[in-house]
Amino acid sequence: MEPILKINNLQTHFFTKAGILKAVDGVSFEIGAGEIVGLVGESGSGKSITGFSVMGLVDPPGKIIDGSINFKGKNLSALSNDQMQNFRGNRIAMIFQDPMMTLNPVLRIETQMIEAIQAHDSGISREDARIRSRDTLGLVGISSPDERLRAYPHQFSGGMRQRVSIAIAMLNRPDLIIADEPTTALDVTIQGQVISEMQKLCRETQTALLWITHDLAVIAGIADRVCVMYAGRIVEQGLVANIIANPMHPYTQGLMGSVPSQNQRGKPLQQINGMVPSMLNLPAGCAFQNRCNYANEKCSKMQPDITQLADSRQVRCFNVPAGQQL
Amino acid sequence: MTAFILRRSLQSIVVLFIMSLIVFVGVNLVGDPVDMLINPEADQAEIDRVIRDLGLDRPVSEQYWYFVLNAFQGDLGRSFIFGEPALKLIVQRMPATMELALVSLLMAVVFGIPLGIYAGLKPNSKISKTIMAASILGFSMPTFWVGIILIMFFSVHLGWLPSTGRGDVATYFGVTSSAFTVNGLSHIFLPAFNLALFKLSSVIRLARAGTREVILQDYIKFARAKGLAESRVVRIHLLKNIMIPVITIIGLEFGSLIAFSTVTETVFAWPGMGKLIIDSIYNLDRPVVVAYLMIIVVIFVMLNLIVDILYSVLDPRVRIKGVS
Ligand SMILES: Nc1ncnc2c1ncn2[C@@H]1O[C@H](COP(=O)(O)OP(=O)(O)O)[C@@H](O)[C@H]1O
Ligand code: SF4
Ligand SMILES: [Mg+2]
Repeated sequence: MEPILKINNLQTHFFTKAGILKAVDGVSFEIGAGEIVGLVGESGSGKSITGFSVMGLVDPPGKIIDGSINFKGKNLSALSNDQMQNFRGNRIAMIFQDPMMTLNPVLRIETQMIEAIQAHDSGISREDARIRSRDTLGLVGISSPDERLRAYPHQFSGGMRQRVSIAIAMLNRPDLIIADEPTTALDVTIQGQVISEMQKLCRETQTALLWITHDLAVIAGIADRVCVMYAGRIVEQGLVANIIANPMHPYTQGLMGSVPSQNQRGKPLQQINGMVPSMLNLPAGCAFQNRCNYANEKCSKMQPDITQLADSRQVRCFNVPAGQQL
Repeated sequence: MTAFILRRSLQSIVVLFIMSLIVFVGVNLVGDPVDMLINPEADQAEIDRVIRDLGLDRPVSEQYWYFVLNAFQGDLGRSFIFGEPALKLIVQRMPATMELALVSLLMAVVFGIPLGIYAGLKPNSKISKTIMAASILGFSMPTFWVGIILIMFFSVHLGWLPSTGRGDVATYFGVTSSAFTVNGLSHIFLPAFNLALFKLSSVIRLARAGTREVILQDYIKFARAKGLAESRVVRIHLLKNIMIPVITIIGLEFGSLIAFSTVTETVFAWPGMGKLIIDSIYNLDRPVVVAYLMIIVVIFVMLNLIVDILYSVLDPRVRIKGVS
């Protein structure tokens, strides 16, 4: 299957006063049509910036300085802002983390939906755009959508607002939705609902989904494949089932250990030792070395390359079990 | 809404009452109007007669009591100088002042908001830095001095614009204004600009501060993520949010625009109530001074009310008690 999104060696750096911060440093991965891919990692590892890079929405002092973002055969990183506008919200949509902040507080829901349709279809009438907005609200589980269109964001609960954001993302039937921690700010019960509805919608409409989260347990429930990110790099990627059953990168193992259901009852949760290193001041060699139980001399001198494994998995570590390498 | 307006009206009456007391006592402390009004050659009998006619022989408390009684019937006293009702004198001159204040406000908003937004969107550009430096000047230069400089430059030196008076007026839809004639417009431009300068500076700074804050919000990024053109993001998503504080301040300060137009009106000999009040203070024309101050208080109170109502219209999250 030809992937619809193919990111190759993406470099997105922030040129701050304190120095160059490599928020995304050589990220490569693919998403197939209709596929759900998880992007998981601790806060600050560069997940959101990866998403914004695809959208062409990296704020200064950030800049994509290298790599390609291939979307359905077009290199997005080479497009002008005007050309990029045609893709944003149309072929690629994005949902943000905090539903309380993503909708404009002084505009009615219908205004915020209709404009998203009309931005990409100047010929459509307001009435038709309104009907499509209403139907899409219904699709994401909002009752009496006709009335709710007239409402303002503050008249919705957090979970409902996130549904509205999801509806806005789906308005133009995009090929890809980037969902940046869309359930992190929600109650646990609502979280589960939103995740399963989102998964169902994407499957039905054959929409590819990049689901960003810091919670590996969420990924296990929704994604086909997963990329694990650490300090601006992808350290392990492969099929969710394989990685959950047999995590190979020490960081992925640490993440797995801190998921409650993976532990035996009564045993304390494992934690990853130490702190995330400052992104402005990464050590030479492997960025994970100060927290890794397997680190050796080589790890502090050289950066590990990607090792391709038999189960279509990639791992960035010197200590990948021998014999499994291709 | 009705309950809200009623409650506010009651509060306003209390404010008016207290203000009238302060003003009344205040004007009685400064100078003796009789000295100003009477021919120096008049004899004692003549002086006594005038004092009695003006009611100045009664104790201040009694004068105040009659003032309040009359005020309830819409009579704020008679001018010592003109012999006409003070209210009528002021109301006659009110349109000129209102028009000056409105044109100034319009200038401040029409120029201030785009300049402020620009400075907020591109904070590091040379143009933005120039705008901000100019706005500091606008804040710190005294109005009368700027007025005189404007006259010297545009009227005396260049001879482009007239420096005094209101010019021709015309009446449309029952509104008489010099903004309706070319001659009138040429007369109002300099004084309105003079009066607007301070307000323009504060609108620029407010719009810039608002822009800097709003532009970082997630809903702006989300609007961009929808693929909206940048012009729509700025004109709808940004502008609507920064207008809330701007409208509040503009509305609240419209009263001060009217009150402080006294300086501009004096410099440009603009025939408004500001000029009248300055003349009346010189002449110790107490009824006019008191009536003017009362009217200013009413204007302030009304503006506050209007701003509160507007605020709830602009910001759907704000709901005045008793509305919803
Ligand atoms: N505007 C910015 N200026 C400087 N650094 C930034 C900016 N935005 C993000 N970063 C840095 O980029 C790194 C990755 O951020 P992000 O992608 O938001 O992480 P997350 O994985 O939590 O989504 C972080 O170290 C963050 O400090
Ligand atoms: S390369 Fe070395 S330090 Fe890095 S994860 Fe592997 S073993 Fe640990
Ligand atoms: Mg993030």
